[in-house]
Amino acid sequence: MTKDWPLWEVFIRGQYGLSHRHVGSLHAPDAEMAMLNARDVYTRRNEGMSIWVVPSADISASAPSRKGPMFDPSNDKTYRHPTFFDIPDEVGSM
Amino acid sequence: MYAQTVQSTGRKVKSLEEMSDQERAFQARIDAGEKIEPKDWMPDGYRKTLVRQISQHAHSEVVGQLPEGNWITRAPTLERKAILLAKVQDEAGHGLYLYSAAETLGVSRADLIDDLLAGRAKYSSIFNYPTLNWADMGAVGWLVDGAAIINQVALQRTSYGPYSRAMVRICKEESFHARQGFDIMMKMVAGTAAQKAMAQDALNRLWWPALMMFGPPDKDSVHSAQSMAWKIKVMTNDEGRQKFVDQTIPQIEYLGLDVPDKAARKNPKTGHYSFVDPDWDEFFAVLKGYGPCNADRMLARNKAHDDGAWFREGLLAYAEKQTIAAE
Ligand SMILES: [Fe+2]
Ligand SMILES: [Fe+2]
Repeated sequence: MTKDWPLWEVFIRGQYGLSHRHVGSLHAPDAEMAMLNARDVYTRRNEGMSIWVVPSADISASAPSRKGPMFDPSNDKTYRHPTFFDIPDEVGSM
Repeated sequence: MYAQTVQSTGRKVKSLEEMSDQERAFQARIDAGEKIEPKDWMPDGYRKTLVRQISQHAHSEVVGQLPEGNWITRAPTLERKAILLAKVQDEAGHGLYLYSAAETLGVSRADLIDDLLAGRAKYSSIFNYPTLNWADMGAVGWLVDGAAIINQVALQRTSYGPYSRAMVRICKEESFHARQGFDIMMKMVAGTAAQKAMAQDALNRLWWPALMMFGPPDKDSVHSAQSMAWKIKVMTNDEGRQKFVDQTIPQIEYLGLDVPDKAARKNPKTGHYSFVDPDWDEFFAVLKGYGPCNADRMLARNKAHDDGAWFREGLLAYAEKQTIAAE
């Protein structure tokens, strides 16, 4: 019987100016090995220039069943979008 | 394909009327093209079928390293060696992406790997055929990865989010695999008569096993209907096979080689080639463990796993020591 090492989530910054993005996960005994494995698995073709590895167990996620109460309140506030307002053409770009 | 005999629930597809409210809402999401994510509710059968399909797919990537790994040390040039090494390394990555996707369904990777090593898991029949010489490296990349691409491109549209995302990553890497194989074939057919004959021989041997990769004929694949309804599968076995034949025969002609299927003809009306089915008895025998290399593959996987045990244990011991030191 083999036992799994802890699971790590991998985030990569593709280029300067962009945020780190989640790309996948891997198992590793510690952060150093997680980093090396992430380099080998997720950046074989210049995909990144910076890597974060985070223990999956340390991530708190919103529950899909709470989608309504979490996100509905922003749905009915269309006035938060610029297109809500009709500005006459004469005014020019705004 | 890389998952050729995924047993589904075994039951016939439920009609909308027969479904519970929860099942109906789930099916509606699938029909609307929505992706299902790990923490969403899903029918038990959906979860089980996915675990089987994704783990078989993962095992195929891992075992699939062996036929090509066999030739890394004997590649004809340093450049070919570096290319083949990179290709085989990609396959290890593919295995990892897929195990990760399977794990989001609540199974442990260690258990999946134990299943493979104990011979309880299935992987693609294609990897139980031997690679006898360098021309096989060309034919494998061109035909085997070429067939895999057809399947995997379709699977990018699969309904389960993590599986679909793994396919997107994999597809980005696969065309390098097929092209390096075809490049080897082009070199071989431009060589001496003996080298061209090697290329023809590799094609002859791998053509039928490549056709088998798409799985049994639709009329015999009892488990497909539910998987198609759930969009776990998005292309039928016969559709994939036809696509492969249509795409590959012109490439064979470009290479100046003979099509192993002497009866294959293009239908001028449909644009599709007719072709002879591979030997399905052989296919099922290989899946049951009686292919030319099944035992070798399992032996090699187990040896690699056992030989790496001291290293994995060392890493773990070191990590534990660091944690204690930090406390
Ligand atoms: Fe692959
Ligand atoms: Fe590949």
